[in-house]
Amino acid sequence: MLQLERIKEGNKEILSLIGEVDASNSVLLDQSIQEILQQGTTCLLIDGSQLGYISSAGLGVFMSYLDDFSEQGIRFAIFGLNEQVSEVFKILGLDRLIQIVPDKSTAITLGNEP
Amino acid sequence: MNHKLNISCCTSALVELRSFLQLSLKAYEFSEVDRHQLILAVEEVCTNLIIHSHACNPNELIYLEVKGLKKKLTIEITDKGNAFNLLDYEVPDLKKVIEEKRKGGIGIFLVKKIMDEIEFESKNGKNTCRLIKNFPSVFKP
Repeated sequence: MLQLERIKEGNKEILSLIGEVDASNSVLLDQSIQEILQQGTTCLLIDGSQLGYISSAGLGVFMSYLDDFSEQGIRFAIFGLNEQVSEVFKILGLDRLIQIVPDKSTAITLGNEP
Repeated sequence: MNHKLNISCCTSALVELRSFLQLSLKAYEFSEVDRHQLILAVEEVCTNLIIHSHACNPNELIYLEVKGLKKKLTIEITDKGNAFNLLDYEVPDLKKVIEEKRKGGIGIFLVKKIMDEIEFESKNGKNTCRLIKNFPSVFKP
C-alpha cells in the first residue's frame, strides 16, 4: 500500500510517501513527480518519515528525474528515512547523488539556501 | 524449519511475499537492516520474474522456500518461465541509468550487492535461483 500526499509550503513542494513503494505502485510516485514538474517548482522535498520500504522500482523513479531536477534548477532532497530504508539508498551509492537529510527542518533550510 | 510460499505472477502479490519473508526470517538472527535487505533481494528477483519471465500472468506461479542450513540461509526461488540467469546479468553503470532515464535495471544490482552467493540452474523447463546469505557470526565472550 502506498499513499501519496502533496503539500505546498511557500515555494516548496513536499511529497510524503506513506507505506511501501514496490513494482505494483511505483507508477503512482512517478505520476506525482511528473505532475509537480509540469506545474513547476524550485524545490521538491520528499518526506520519507512514513516510508517503510522501497524497492528498485521506486529508486528508479527518483533516479530517472535527477537530470531533470538539475537541468531545471530544482532543489531535491529526501528527509526522514528510517535506518533500513536509508541503508537501501546507500547500497547503490544513491546517497552520494541525492541529498538525504535527517529531518524536515534540515531539508527546509537546504531549500532556502541561495 | 523450512518455510514455503507460492505466489502468483502479479505485482500485487509482492505485499504477501514481504509478509511471508518478514515472518520466516524472524527465526534467524539477522539484524533489522539485514532482514530488510534480504526481503528486498528476494522481492527484486521475484519482480523480475513476474514482469519479464511471466508477463504478469496471474495464473503462473513462483515457488519459494526459505531454509537455514548450517551457517547459511538459502532462499530458493523456482519458476517455469523463460530462464533468466542473474549471473549473466551485467551490472549497469549508475550514471548511465540516470542519463538514459531508465526506470529499471538496478534491481539485480541490489541483489548482487546484498547476497553473499547466488546460484542459478535451469533444467527440464524449471529454473531455480538460490540466494544465499551467511549467518552473522555471533561472538560469545
